[in-house]
Amino acid sequence: MSGSDQGKGSDVLDAQDRARFEQLVLPHLDAAFNLARWLLKSRADSEDVAQEAMLRAYRFFRGFHGGDARAWLLQIVRNTCYTWLEKNRPVELMTEFDEELHPQPSVSPETLAIAGANRERLTRALETLPPRFREVLVLRELEGCSYKEIASITAIPIGTVMSALARARQRLQRALTHATPQEASREL
Amino acid sequence: MSCDFTRTVLHGYLDGELDATRAAEFERHLESCRECATSLGSEESLRSSLQRSGLYENAPLDLRKKIRAELDVATVPPAAIRIPAWRWLAVAATIMVVASVSWFAWPHRGIDSASTTPFTVAEIIDAHVRSLQPGHLTDVASTDQHTVKPWFNGKLAFVPPVKDFADEGFPLVGGRLDVLGGQNVAALVYSRRKHIINVFVMPTKEPDTPIHPPGLRQGYQWRHWRRQGMEYCAISDVSDSDLYELAQLIYQ
Repeated sequence: MSGSDQGKGSDVLDAQDRARFEQLVLPHLDAAFNLARWLLKSRADSEDVAQEAMLRAYRFFRGFHGGDARAWLLQIVRNTCYTWLEKNRPVELMTEFDEELHPQPSVSPETLAIAGANRERLTRALETLPPRFREVLVLRELEGCSYKEIASITAIPIGTVMSALARARQRLQRALTHATPQEASREL
Repeated sequence: MSCDFTRTVLHGYLDGELDATRAAEFERHLESCRECATSLGSEESLRSSLQRSGLYENAPLDLRKKIRAELDVATVPPAAIRIPAWRWLAVAATIMVVASVSWFAWPHRGIDSASTTPFTVAEIIDAHVRSLQPGHLTDVASTDQHTVKPWFNGKLAFVPPVKDFADEGFPLVGGRLDVLGGQNVAALVYSRRKHIINVFVMPTKEPDTPIHPPGLRQGYQWRHWRRQGMEYCAISDVSDSDLYELAQLIYQ
């Protein structure tokens, strides 16, 4: 594991810590759950993992010295998710991240609008992406994270966030349009 | 089709992450590059689909409740009474009573009194050794019992008796919170000629016992007893006679 959540865990947290945690970290439970849900693709597993991550965050809370509490929590959530995936679904993590970005004809905005209007199809397309593509998209488009936040949560250098998003979006476009070849070809 | 901007800079532009100069540069490029203009349209369409489809999933309400309950358990003082731990303590106490009866029936036979404590010898030794690491000895460093005792208020569900025995050669060094057998305990720290003595204190519902014979392992000695609703365990590398002396002082 990398990053700042490695601070020394402390068993003894008092009422003051509890109140600060309630105020700073607990409000981001929805963000924690949403990220876990998209990484694990299951609500039930996400409940367990979000809970575990939240308790881990609490144990490490003395190591949190202010700053962006949401990014700090999401980093822990992400790490907890990957640990869970390694243990329970190792195959999903075996996809390569640094796949070449192949130039391909852009899909027309109209085609994408039609494909993207279907929530089911959008969900499926997102879920077919490797976790490392999925997470940058979820953080950017659903959570509204800045590049800087994405870099700190996912432990990728800030200079590569932009290209990671570019690749992820290309993959998503492909997944969306490949899911419906007849419509895609008609529109193209 | 082979426009480099499409691959990366376009995304920085879309996300509002380009600085003003680069953004202006890209906008000029956009006027003359059809590929980038189309791509930008596609990306914007994709973005609005992602953001408008209600893909964001909020945490279930009872998850927040569950987490709050767990946080309370991990907080001192515990909001919930830890029944399982006490039940276990009761079992240990029963063994203790049997063991002390045996002890009185056959004095000086059962030397190791560890099996009767609600925590293991290893835990006591670990806690003692851990406390000797730099910066770990005390949470409140004071030789004043009137400073140390109130410090525990609100941090534990009980108030440990705190006395300084400087005049008897066991000056109080301070106090600390520790965990033994899964319970939060008070640790009182005394010194004896540069040696450190930890006295762990936790509440008990069991009757008083005399100071039990010493236990010895890895060069550390401990003495265990119960008195007025408190369970005590003193541990150190000092000689047993010193340890016994302090135990007697606290016992009085």
